[in-house]
Amino acid sequence: MLLLVLLLVPLVGAALVAPIKEQTTAKWVAVAVSVVELALVVITWLAYSVPAARNGARFQLEFAVDWIPAFGTRFALGIDGFALVMLAITAVLVPIVMAFSWAEKLPEGRTQSGFYALILATEGLLVGVFAATDVFLFYVFFEAMLIPMYFLIGRFGGPRRQYAAVKFFLYSLLGGLIMLASVIGLFVVSGRELGQGTFTWVELQKMAASLPESTQIWLFLGFFVAFAIKAPLVPFHTWLPDAGAEAPVGAGVLLVGVLDKVGTFGFLRYCLPLFPLASQKLAPLVLTLAVIGILYGGLLAVGQTDMKRFVSYTSIAHFGFIALGIFAFSTQAFSGSVLYMVNHGVSTGMLFIVVGLVIARGGSRLVGDYGGVHKVAPLLAGAFLVAGLSSLALPGTNSFVSEFLVLLGSFPRQPVYTILATVGIIFAALYVLWMYQRTMQGPLRGSAVLAALGGGRGDGPGTMIDPAVAAERGATGFPDLSKREIGVLTPLIVLILVLGFFPGPVLDVINPTAAATMTEVGLTDPVGGVSR
Amino acid sequence: MPTQLPEAGQVAAASGVASLAWLLVVLPALGALILFVSGRRSDRWGHWLGVATVVASFVIGLLIFLDTLGLDPAQRTREVSVYEWISVAGLHIDFGLRLDPLSLTFVLLITGVGSLIHIYSTGYMSHDPGRRRFFAQLNLFVAAMLVLVLGNNFVMLYLGWEGVGLASYLLIGFYQDRPSAATAAKKAFLMNRVGDVGLALAIFLLWLELGTTQYTEVFARIGEVPPGTTLAITILLLLGACGKSGQFPLQAWLPDAMEGPTPVSALIHAATMVTAGVYLIARANPIYNLSADGRLVVALIGTITLLIGAIIGCAYDDIKKVLAYSTVSQIGYMILAVGLGPVGYALGIAHLLAHGFFKAGLFLGAGSVMHAMNDDVDMRHYGGLARYMPITFVTFGLGYLALIGFPFLSGYFTKDAIIEAAFSMPGWQGWVFGLVAAIAAGLTAFYMTRLMIMTFFGKKRWQDIKSPDGHDYHPHEAGVSMTAPMIVLAFGSVFAGFLLTQHERLAVWLSPTLGELEELPGGALPHAVVPWLVLGLSALGVLVAYLIVGRRPTPVERPEPVSIPVQAARRDLYANAINEALIARPGVWLTRALVYIDNKGVDGLVNGTAATLGGSSGRLRRLQTGFVRSYALSMLGGSVLVIAALLAVRFA
Repeated sequence: MLLLVLLLVPLVGAALVAPIKEQTTAKWVAVAVSVVELALVVITWLAYSVPAARNGARFQLEFAVDWIPAFGTRFALGIDGFALVMLAITAVLVPIVMAFSWAEKLPEGRTQSGFYALILATEGLLVGVFAATDVFLFYVFFEAMLIPMYFLIGRFGGPRRQYAAVKFFLYSLLGGLIMLASVIGLFVVSGRELGQGTFTWVELQKMAASLPESTQIWLFLGFFVAFAIKAPLVPFHTWLPDAGAEAPVGAGVLLVGVLDKVGTFGFLRYCLPLFPLASQKLAPLVLTLAVIGILYGGLLAVGQTDMKRFVSYTSIAHFGFIALGIFAFSTQAFSGSVLYMVNHGVSTGMLFIVVGLVIARGGSRLVGDYGGVHKVAPLLAGAFLVAGLSSLALPGTNSFVSEFLVLLGSFPRQPVYTILATVGIIFAALYVLWMYQRTMQGPLRGSAVLAALGGGRGDGPGTMIDPAVAAERGATGFPDLSKREIGVLTPLIVLILVLGFFPGPVLDVINPTAAATMTEVGLTDPVGGVSR
Repeated sequence: MPTQLPEAGQVAAASGVASLAWLLVVLPALGALILFVSGRRSDRWGHWLGVATVVASFVIGLLIFLDTLGLDPAQRTREVSVYEWISVAGLHIDFGLRLDPLSLTFVLLITGVGSLIHIYSTGYMSHDPGRRRFFAQLNLFVAAMLVLVLGNNFVMLYLGWEGVGLASYLLIGFYQDRPSAATAAKKAFLMNRVGDVGLALAIFLLWLELGTTQYTEVFARIGEVPPGTTLAITILLLLGACGKSGQFPLQAWLPDAMEGPTPVSALIHAATMVTAGVYLIARANPIYNLSADGRLVVALIGTITLLIGAIIGCAYDDIKKVLAYSTVSQIGYMILAVGLGPVGYALGIAHLLAHGFFKAGLFLGAGSVMHAMNDDVDMRHYGGLARYMPITFVTFGLGYLALIGFPFLSGYFTKDAIIEAAFSMPGWQGWVFGLVAAIAAGLTAFYMTRLMIMTFFGKKRWQDIKSPDGHDYHPHEAGVSMTAPMIVLAFGSVFAGFLLTQHERLAVWLSPTLGELEELPGGALPHAVVPWLVLGLSALGVLVAYLIVGRRPTPVERPEPVSIPVQAARRDLYANAINEALIARPGVWLTRALVYIDNKGVDGLVNGTAATLGGSSGRLRRLQTGFVRSYALSMLGGSVLVIAALLAVRFA
């Protein structure tokens, strides 16, 4: 029941918020709903039993009713460790996104109530995606979550929002349809193998070992394409920079922070356990795409001139690491990948927000329009650096633990891919620190900054401004973080540090499911198995 | 070769005062956190909090050191496990500290010199509006450096390793307005990351072979690793050491790092952080003991670096850059020493400690000179400063004598010992390592004498010119908060070498970690001859410097053109040009090409498809007529398709 409540609260909340005319009231109601949801997730976390998971309980807190008996579909919910941490990061990010978007300038004719309702709807459908234990139900949520995100981008986004939203929608829809074919195929095959067709994940997983490899490969590919578009792996990635750039920042945080993780979550939950032979057979292909993503995404991030596209490309590199860990088949790498999904939500979410704060002040997305921001907004520059350091996986930040686990866990089975991926950490340092240098360090410069400070418009790019004048004008023209903005960023910074030094509680939840996934794939750890 | 390490089971858990070791790290870390978070509120007293936390760490470190001295040598390696940091299946990474003679030696160096430099900085930074931020970052550095040396496994080492990298990045770029500072900071971090890749891969190899990253387990079982892999590990660790310690081919960032405030140059880029590479190799001595080839590569890298550092040091006019290249060169000596194996581990550490005193002192002296000269660093604008700043002159002079190996000062004991050990290597190695190290000692004497003469003696060239910011020069002695640390360090410059090497005191103390200090008989040159050779070459260097610089007036403007060797030295032996040509420029082109391809190629392909789809969706839109019957028709069509798919799979 808890999971059903978790699913319904944001959806009902969305329905309540949408028609509210008074915008401030609408925002407060939405925030209240998201906080209630967060509290419910905390309760779920407490209710989830790690010892039970260690003892082989595949799903917990299960809830199921028959849905379309003729089709064998059930409305079945349940969570394992992977799903729980994904629910947690979703529930943590939504209130932060709402607080961030409080003063967001929306396009003409759009209302805050609509925006907040769509955010809540996205949250509810994400809960469904992560908690579904019926493959058909998963598919339904997988497609349904496109709809609110499509509207968030297409109605509330930047100048090219229509183009970006349609591109996002078509890509995802195409992937979804291919997956549908595999979902149906799975049902048919299960009918043949088990005597009666089913969509229930546990039943299908039991069947996995006996499926012939060729069947597995076809079915695997259907799921894989959908997930590879969602998570974006190169070369399925080009929708993300557009969507990320045109989406309103709040929606972008949810898109890159959580929605895209459905792809990597899908690899782990559906591709590997349901098609173990195919996963192993095709692993070299996926690993190649993953490593290309790390290096290619990193280099492209270096070359971006638009800050929001920059964040998207860093994410493409990060998704490469996650995919590497998943298809390297070791407990350490699995746990690292799942932890990476959580951490990436925090660190890239924060990077997106900080970039959004900069853009809100300067009114331009272009890197070249900024420079020397630290002079007028030192706290903002500091926050930018913290987010960046987490993005480059500096030890002591959350991302280090996950990136290190992915690489360490991948190395024994896949040394060549891992060595190439490790080179990617140099690119990460380059794109983060260079972006920081270009926008935050040095003397005040750039047309957006100078215009905001009320001087220098039209004075050309090389113009400098008297520091004393700048400090005076900075307070109004290009202000440092407000109290609300500090409130938005503080929980993220705390998470970055706490998860960097104390990842234990999260890893404890993830580890048993990682071990179970290893068993389902039918492999043992090359190094550092449990039995050592 | 017997490793002197206690077996895994023999490492006792720490008790008594040693169980407080976590405070060593936590105090400065807490100081940094408070200073970062509290904002302007702590501007007035923040620097004293910074000083207090580091001094407190020093006191605790001293207590633990004294406590350890009271133990039997076999029991001097102890561990404090604070908590389990990362744990997945068979992987257990401890947030744990290892207290043994090597780590405690470093603790005393870091917190001791760190305290002095914190005190000095209260004076040096007193007029800087960013003083609180400075102390926060300096505290962060001390905490990270302590993690680096105290960690009881390679991942803790890595945490400290990149942690000091962050602190170094922040402090090099402390003057954020200066584009050159921002560039230097980024360059330092990037070149360090190249080294870090090596360190990370070494950790992965150890994990693959041994399934652990804990020192005790790795060192106890390193013999199980195949020799080829051991060699790979030693070279990958060396790559990490090269990045952090500014060794060839990753040396180019260290001179640029002088963009940071001078106390930073003293603490981080001379006395402590840049010696971390030496620490790493000494710490991993059980691994290096098993690989003669690995040690040879280390010694070669050290030899190359100590020579290029000394050559370039002769050409610069910027006082801090000369000292920076001197640091590169001196760390080259230390790397050479640890590359010699059991003959040299303890000698490398001894020189590291002595160097920590005299080079920190030299940098603080340089800071005092800069303070007096409107932050001008060009020695051609100095001259005759001895009379105006006597304390700086005397302390700096003692540091200078210690560095060039003047008899019975620190460098004489520690540097000559390394050259002696180098000469004692068998075959060609003895000749190459020994001769190069001895010749570089002569070069060291030359460039340091040149620096002394240009700064403290001769004509007062500053009287007739104005500083770059348009003021007259009014040289004066610094305040007591700055001179006191310089005086303390000068004592270290004079006595440290003797105290450390007398009766092989340091080598014996370190033997539980590094093994007994061995001595090779014979080699290229007999032991008795080497000191005379080095002394002779050094005296020659001083003499040449006196003849070239001391007896002729120094032009205020840099003479151009100059001979080809001088030109090469002035351009860092073209290291930056090579980096630029081989890495930076191709990288820029590659990036631009990829951005173009991604926009035109990958995305163009997609948009082509999308255009087709868009066209068909336009046609589809016309189908959406709003009539229920047409929807019903399409639903029927869809259902037929689904059923057809079902049947196809069913009977496939």
